[in-house]
Amino acid sequence: MDFKKTKGLTDAPLHYCPGCTHGIIHRLVAESLEELGVLDRTVGVASVGCSVFTYNYFNCDMVQAAHGRAPAVATGIKRARPDDIVFTYQGDGDLAAIGTAETVHSAARNENITIIFVNNAIYGMTGGQMAPTTLPNQITQTSPYGRDVTVVGYPVKVCEMLSQVDGASYVERVAVNNVKNIMKAKKAIKKAFQNQIEGKGFSLIEVLSTCPTNWGKSPADAIKWLDDNMATYYPLGVYKDKEATKND
Amino acid sequence: MAKVTFNEDRCKGCGLCVTACPKKLVQLSNRMNSKGYHPAEITNQEACIGCASCAIMCPDTVITVQMK
Ligand SMILES: Cc1ncc(C[n+]2csc(CCOP(=O)(O)OP(=O)(O)O)c2C)c(N)n1
Ligand code: SF4
Ligand SMILES: [Mg+2]
Repeated sequence: MDFKKTKGLTDAPLHYCPGCTHGIIHRLVAESLEELGVLDRTVGVASVGCSVFTYNYFNCDMVQAAHGRAPAVATGIKRARPDDIVFTYQGDGDLAAIGTAETVHSAARNENITIIFVNNAIYGMTGGQMAPTTLPNQITQTSPYGRDVTVVGYPVKVCEMLSQVDGASYVERVAVNNVKNIMKAKKAIKKAFQNQIEGKGFSLIEVLSTCPTNWGKSPADAIKWLDDNMATYYPLGVYKDKEATKND
Repeated sequence: MAKVTFNEDRCKGCGLCVTACPKKLVQLSNRMNSKGYHPAEITNQEACIGCASCAIMCPDTVITVQMK
């Protein structure tokens, strides 16, 4: 097959660490926007985390939101400019810690926006602290003996949680740990944007992603760790699809 | 036949393409690029089946695959 870089990405070199799968997810979002022909009417909302510089990488209009507030900013943009395609790109520290309220309530309101949620089970940008999504017993800078759930509680499973929110339209968890899963992730991300074009409301795609640097692993070992640990704790699949249930 | 090209100076030598190639045709070279990484290269262009697995796995969109 022919493969060339999508017009949805700018020419700026990505600043991510070697082997960090943020770059794959960027490409899938950019390809989807290009293929749907909406690049010139898309507004992305960058969050705070390693992906803070996404505004340099996506070839569409971009806004930078305060930590965790991207869904609220996206809500405002979408309501003021309903014909624009509006998405957020948020890490797990951003979306599932400081931004939990914004996430849950934008889902409850069924805002017609698309959220790309990059779960790497850690705060990457700030040096590898424990996140709400850090796995039980996972070693991080702030859980040097492993996450002790009796002290700090259990990981937050965002897709499972949002599947119980009546407003949410489409919620799926995917991973970018191999070619087959990357193709599936692309399909989910594209569908999440297609839903918005058709006015179907709130779509969130959780993407399991690696952080080789803060996991202390080589890029290949990080992929394996994702396979063996993350994908078992966070099962892949569709957690909510209002459209599919309607047709049953 | 397929032609695989690498935008070498964008490569960070992460090696994810090396593990993705089903024919084991991609390796990290001994050279260094302008970033100081060992860039990925293809060892046997003729044996490439054009599946683009390497390009799909690359986080930095370094790889282009062209069928001819
Ligand atoms: C209001 C506020 N609180 C805390 C921070 C510090 N901070 C910056 S990024 C970050 C978490 C990033 O983790 P994540 O969202 O998972 O993104 P990643 O880097 O892992 O992709 C935190 C806590 C901040 N910038 N602003
Ligand atoms: S710190 Fe982790 S999440 Fe951030 S760019 Fe590096 S590998 Fe990626
Ligand atoms: Mg994170």
